[in-house]
Amino acid sequence: MSMDAVFKALADPTRRQLLDNLHARNGQTLSALCEEMDMTRQAVSKHLAVLEEANLIVTRKRGREKEHYLNPAPIFEIADRWIDKFERGKLRVLADLKKNLEGTSDE
Amino acid sequence: MSKPSFVYVTYIKTTQEKLWQALINPEFNRQYWFGAHQETDWKKGSPWKIVFADGRIADTGEILDIDPLKRIVIKWRNEFMPDLKAEGYTRCTIEIEPQGDVMKLSVTHEAEKQGANKFIDAVSGGWPQILASLKSLLETGKALPRTDRLPEK
Repeated sequence: MSMDAVFKALADPTRRQLLDNLHARNGQTLSALCEEMDMTRQAVSKHLAVLEEANLIVTRKRGREKEHYLNPAPIFEIADRWIDKFERGKLRVLADLKKNLEGTSDE
Repeated sequence: MSKPSFVYVTYIKTTQEKLWQALINPEFNRQYWFGAHQETDWKKGSPWKIVFADGRIADTGEILDIDPLKRIVIKWRNEFMPDLKAEGYTRCTIEIEPQGDVMKLSVTHEAEKQGANKFIDAVSGGWPQILASLKSLLETGKALPRTDRLPEK
């Protein structure tokens, strides 16, 4: 799950539009998403595949339908890369806990 | 129209055992779950609750199903916000799927009743932060800033 894939997926306005549509109404099928987009079903499907590859959407089968869900987790992970600098205090607590749970062995 | 729900997925480079511990161990929970932790004996049918750092009960429910290292299904209702509590019970499924040296962690949270659901809206904002922080904790040894306590409002 590379950060490149997330940025590449987000770089396209159509794909951002698809995410916006899912943000407004989560769990839509391909047909429902196509209704809101001015392009072929095939093109929408291709964009959805790129989003899924980047883990920005997750699909679930419900009966014969495939539902699409917005998955914001990768976006939070990107934010973390630049906002985590100022909080180092908990490291020690975790190191102790890690030791307790795992014994003394390293990774 | 289907019931309001969401599915979040994150991939964490860790072992299944460590991820499982991080999910069920209160000391782990506190570091990435806004200072809160879960209280239950992790047996099918047992009561379950989330307790804030200050001792207030955040949510209550029941362990509907559990398959150690793989899957937890929780019947889940808010307790501390009357308008959210009024939305009734939700169902949260947490699943771990090993994919090589990476664990796929999925959280599905859905309402039991149809229609708009304020509680689902509320938790849908919290889960991504909790999951990103859990990932950071397991991969770097450090949770995300501001996920060790409740956001100040």
